[in-house]
Amino acid sequence: MRRLLFFAPVAVLVVLAGLLWLGLRRDPATLPSTLIDQPLPAFELTAVRPGDTEGLSTDDFGGRPMLLNVFASWCVGCRVEHPFLMELSRQGVIIQGLDWKDPPGAGAAWLAEHGDPYTLVGDDPDGRTGIDLGVSGAPETFIVDANGRVRHRHVGPITPEIWEAELRPILQRLEAEG
Amino acid sequence: MIAEIGHLALILAFLLALVQALTGLVGGARRDARMMAGARASALMQLLFVAMAFCALAIAYLIPDFSVALVQQHSHSTQPWPYRLAATWGSHEGSLLLWVLILALYGAAAALFGRRLRPTLVSRMLGVQALIAAAFLGLALFTSNPFLRLDPAPLDGAELNPLLQDPGLVLHPPLLYLGYVGFSAAFSLAAAALIEGRADMAFARWLRPWIIAAWSALTLGIALGSWWAYYELGWGGWWFWDPVENASLMPWLAGTALLHSAIVLEKRGALISWTLLLSILTFSLSLLGTFLVRSGVLTSVHAFAVDPARGSAILAFTVLATGAALALYGWRAPSMQTGAVFSPVSREAGLALNNLFLMAATAAVFLGTFYPVFVEVLSQGRDRISVGPPYYAITFVPLVLPLLALVSFGPMLNWKRDTLKAVFARLKWPLVISGVALIAAVLLLSVAHVLQILGATLGVWLIAGAAWVLVRRWTAGGRGEFGWRIRRTPPAVWALCLAHAGLGMTAIGIASITALETETVATLTPGQSVDFAGRRMTLTRAELVEGPNYQAERVTLHTTAPGLNREIVSERRFYPVTGTWTTEAGIDLTPLGAYYVSLGERRGDGVVIRAWNHPMVGWIWWGGLVMAFGGALSLADRRLRLAAPAGKEGKS
Repeated sequence: MRRLLFFAPVAVLVVLAGLLWLGLRRDPATLPSTLIDQPLPAFELTAVRPGDTEGLSTDDFGGRPMLLNVFASWCVGCRVEHPFLMELSRQGVIIQGLDWKDPPGAGAAWLAEHGDPYTLVGDDPDGRTGIDLGVSGAPETFIVDANGRVRHRHVGPITPEIWEAELRPILQRLEAEG
Repeated sequence: MIAEIGHLALILAFLLALVQALTGLVGGARRDARMMAGARASALMQLLFVAMAFCALAIAYLIPDFSVALVQQHSHSTQPWPYRLAATWGSHEGSLLLWVLILALYGAAAALFGRRLRPTLVSRMLGVQALIAAAFLGLALFTSNPFLRLDPAPLDGAELNPLLQDPGLVLHPPLLYLGYVGFSAAFSLAAAALIEGRADMAFARWLRPWIIAAWSALTLGIALGSWWAYYELGWGGWWFWDPVENASLMPWLAGTALLHSAIVLEKRGALISWTLLLSILTFSLSLLGTFLVRSGVLTSVHAFAVDPARGSAILAFTVLATGAALALYGWRAPSMQTGAVFSPVSREAGLALNNLFLMAATAAVFLGTFYPVFVEVLSQGRDRISVGPPYYAITFVPLVLPLLALVSFGPMLNWKRDTLKAVFARLKWPLVISGVALIAAVLLLSVAHVLQILGATLGVWLIAGAAWVLVRRWTAGGRGEFGWRIRRTPPAVWALCLAHAGLGMTAIGIASITALETETVATLTPGQSVDFAGRRMTLTRAELVEGPNYQAERVTLHTTAPGLNREIVSERRFYPVTGTWTTEAGIDLTPLGAYYVSLGERRGDGVVIRAWNHPMVGWIWWGGLVMAFGGALSLADRRLRLAAPAGKEGKS
């Protein structure tokens, strides 16, 4: 019996390895969202920026394809992608912002400091809308089509390479669809 | 041409590793002196060829030869040469080559310094080391060949991620790998001892230098990475609990436990099977870190390109190596248990308790790192969670505080048997000093910061405890005068004191910055000023400057306070090739703290300036430096340098 105890580490290892192997089978970056091709869940969020009268709601989507970007002032990945979002907004891409699990005022201060690429920004302080959207962590970006349906989900920072290879083609296709 | 030489050298190194594994293990089993000599020779040759391959890649980067695919992807002709050189290990393929180089370095060192040891043990150790080397050389050759060519050769390359173009990052990976990979030596040695079924004090004495070398390098590497994050990411964060950071912290914690249990094994012959198990686990955690960084199983800011195929290969090897070693352990260890007994209050018991806390802390970090993966797998992708700093605040921190409290007791405890009363009596003065520190901390920090008050007090306790070890040694009665005793203090004692005091410094730094950090945001035009943290900060100049491969907005600020006048320069750089921005924070670092200025967007005529006051933040990294220096010093100790003689001790 005591001898068997010495094999306990092996047993633990087998379980861990199995879990990690299953974890490897999925790719966190192209995670299929249950929302794909579904309309955005309904939400109506309050404003983040001082001076804004409206925040962000489901009705603000539609008309033309746009991005919904989930960010937070505490998130390192958001800092990494932020300058590129600024560049995208200069190019005319419409980006709606969802300020996720931020303390009051932090999102506004962050946008004031780093610049503001967003058309509208909604506040989701307790992460409730994030749950409806299936957000796993910031940053995360959804592509929403002209009919207000979610068409793509990207987890992690948007880099110029990812934009060119993955997101821009989708957005262009959606724009062609009208 | 140079790439082909490198490729050929890599193939030869791979073949040599196979030869070394065979001759090392079989030679050790058969006690065949010629085969064992062959294993030693292959270890040295292997280093030569891996170094050749590495140099070939480095030269391709320095030229830069854009016909090599890897160079093209991570180097641009305008990039300054130190960063072209650093780009050698800035990619998955290149860093894997660095990994293998350091592995070969440790293998060759074992072959060189192991002459005085039992030849079969060294031979088997080299055999196991070669198995690891063969696996990683194979991985490099078959899934991540760094020497692939592009035809036709492009005119210029893409650029190395600008965040990585930084002096700190030139040194960070090599140091980190010296640590990670260094634990392979302890792993191989433990596996060899298990195969032989013999782990005596001589074995432990030879095990320790490897652990200390790896541990010191890892300490330095982690500290440097944290310092880099602090000044380069532009908002003064120094630790993020990012999976990749955790990947380096776990082997560090386990390695620290191993460092201490090996002492018990060497001095008292106890904790044999525990030390062997820790040797295996520490390197397994290093392998797991390698897997984590390269597989994309977790999203992280500084992971390499996601590639599940490579991930599977590394995971398969990690599981195979760990599994084989643990099975060997399960089979052999029960018959090796002959540990000497010790009472519940003794230095052995203290160190065992230290191990318990360290491993519990490792487990906490491990769970936090992998929990998101486990939850997702078990719920079949329906649930996804992310684990953040709040988790570590309630798991890791409560485990580390009692650990810190234990540290100063360790060196004061007698081996084998002791009483609590006697220990507390010996520690009277450090206890008094810490009591004063506690009162000071309560007054300085508000009572709401309980953890920080405890952390700072324990930091003082560690430094006082370490100093007390020296004071007691120098003032103890007996022969010899004071100065003579100071000179005669062995490096190992200095090492112990420095390592413990360094940890105390880090604790004080962390407690101070988390409790007392303040910040402000202001929009300034030249000539305007803002008052913050006891200083008046005036924007004197805002300009555009051209770097070698970037354009930068640079602001110069004067900060003044009574008796103080300092200039702080802060930049935001734009790298046109990759289209990315980086921040170069302006930092005025003093022993009392850092005045940290980061430059934001332009707003009209003005610029957004964000400033932080970080009291005593530097102590976090200076503590790391002191710890690593302590480790390096103990390598110089005669008792370790003499290694463990197989028979009689020779003169040196």
